[in-house]
Amino acid sequence: MSVPAFNAYGVWAIYSFEMARALRTIWQSLVTPVITTSLYFIVFGAAIGSRMSQVGGVSYGAFIVPGLILLSLFTQSIFNGSFGIYLPRFVGTIYELLSAPVSPLEIVLAYVGAAATKSIVLGLVILGTASLFVSIHVVHPFWMIAFLVLTSVTFSLFGFILGIWSKNFEQLQIIPMLVVTPLTFLGGAFYSIDMLPPTWRAVAYADPVVYLISGFRWSFYGTADVRVAISLGATLAFFFACLVIVSWIFRTGYRLKS
Amino acid sequence: MNRIDLADVAGAGEYAANRREGEIARDAAPPIVSIRNLAKTYASGLEALKPINLDIRKGEIFALLGPNGAGKTTLINIVCGIVTPSGGKITAGGHDIKREYRAARMMIGLVPQELTTDRFESVWTTVSFSRGLFGRPPSPSYMERVLRDLSLWDKRHDQIQSLSGGMKRRVMIAKALSHEPTILFLDEPTAGVDVELRRDMWALVRRLRDGGVTIILTTHYIDEAEEMADRIGVINKGELILVEEKTLLMKKLGHKRLTLVLQEPMSAVPGELAEWHLTLKAGGNELEYNFDINAEHTGVPSLLGRLRDLGIGFKDLATTQSSLEDIFVSLVSERGGNSR
Repeated sequence: MSVPAFNAYGVWAIYSFEMARALRTIWQSLVTPVITTSLYFIVFGAAIGSRMSQVGGVSYGAFIVPGLILLSLFTQSIFNGSFGIYLPRFVGTIYELLSAPVSPLEIVLAYVGAAATKSIVLGLVILGTASLFVSIHVVHPFWMIAFLVLTSVTFSLFGFILGIWSKNFEQLQIIPMLVVTPLTFLGGAFYSIDMLPPTWRAVAYADPVVYLISGFRWSFYGTADVRVAISLGATLAFFFACLVIVSWIFRTGYRLKS
Repeated sequence: MNRIDLADVAGAGEYAANRREGEIARDAAPPIVSIRNLAKTYASGLEALKPINLDIRKGEIFALLGPNGAGKTTLINIVCGIVTPSGGKITAGGHDIKREYRAARMMIGLVPQELTTDRFESVWTTVSFSRGLFGRPPSPSYMERVLRDLSLWDKRHDQIQSLSGGMKRRVMIAKALSHEPTILFLDEPTAGVDVELRRDMWALVRRLRDGGVTIILTTHYIDEAEEMADRIGVINKGELILVEEKTLLMKKLGHKRLTLVLQEPMSAVPGELAEWHLTLKAGGNELEYNFDINAEHTGVPSLLGRLRDLGIGFKDLATTQSSLEDIFVSLVSERGGNSR
């Protein structure tokens, strides 16, 4: 019996299992965010946006597209990443994962890979939906995709950590609801930080999400609240912080093994 | 019943002398699972396993017997990688379960005690998932064989949640067998299972063993161990108190009981019968004598002769042999342990 150095079959088994689950719940996975995004456009784009002047040379409707995509991307990446690993813990099927010849890296690759794939598809679907409402021109397509992928992977990884940390469904939802969504709103999903009064502007700059949204918006329109390098650096820093936590989890067996 | 001399059980000289040649040859082969000084203390301070040493022979059915909370599941879960040991060394097929976990785990299949399944998945999907997870390429023909063998073939497209409890347990077994393991751990395979399925399960375990799979099962049903096992380990309060060939164990620790139904009831055992340590039962209507089957002189003929001499008549007599259950209860209580 040959023992592979990399358990590709194992990674594929988890990845396709997770993707199949998403396909089974395609309505929750894709249709709900699309409907929500459309409603955002009707409210912010058509109703409010028509009364607003341009922001940084871009119509308000188009300006909010990157923020809207990221808002969904954050919540869905965290949800997918956390649910994928929390469910087997909750149901008890985690025993199989723990007793299988898969390395921590392979486990993370499969679960986070699947969660990120779903988010990337979702981001593109929202972009497609948005283009039905406003005309969108992406100035830096490569960087747009790069930010989309990096953000999806990072927040899926963050979700994975939450899925291991959570002891119940309430804990699973508390971080996305209490931390991520408010930070996203404060982080300029629907406005430029410059539009805030000075005090709130100072507060907003302490919000890490500002850097993520700003970078992503730059890839669309070439304008940003903060320098792109800082945006990229902040995203990568968050990604590596999550990696360190995940490796600690597997080294100690935190909430996975007794 | 008489107390059992544990020193006798552990008597290596007699043990070796009683073994068949084939068994000695099997012993010479390296163990398929080797457990050395394995200990586990949980974070709560509970000492689940005291240092344990155990070798599992290739191709045997080994039953780990013990009351609830004795440490059976902890032991299995450590070997399978689900629980982290506090100390000790384990190899499976010669592979260290920590350093060479891939090689070790590919050999091992585990059927846990709890029925934990992905309820919305089909039987085929969940079993295929397990095979892939354990690093095996798809093999529809092998999968078909496993599912047919477990009478699951007709249900392969059914959602697991629609299956009965017994069928779900079969699915768990199919998952454990999906990657063609050579060592199979069955944790309480027949807990909460009806009689028919239990028989099926036993037959399946034998078929697997005949196919070369080594089987380690835990049970607190003594008849299960008696029926199935080649060797038995008794674990109590985290301590492996005995490992023995089943037949030898039954022979060595088995006692027989002779019950005499008296023609006339008596109020006390006559002094002339003191040497047999008889007990009076059933309101003075029965005399009971416990004896060792393996003793050179069981004492039965002389007892009957003495009764005749004393003119004590009896209208019926019966002998019963102690079961593994009696042996087990005696062993566990001897160690001062009650079920936790």
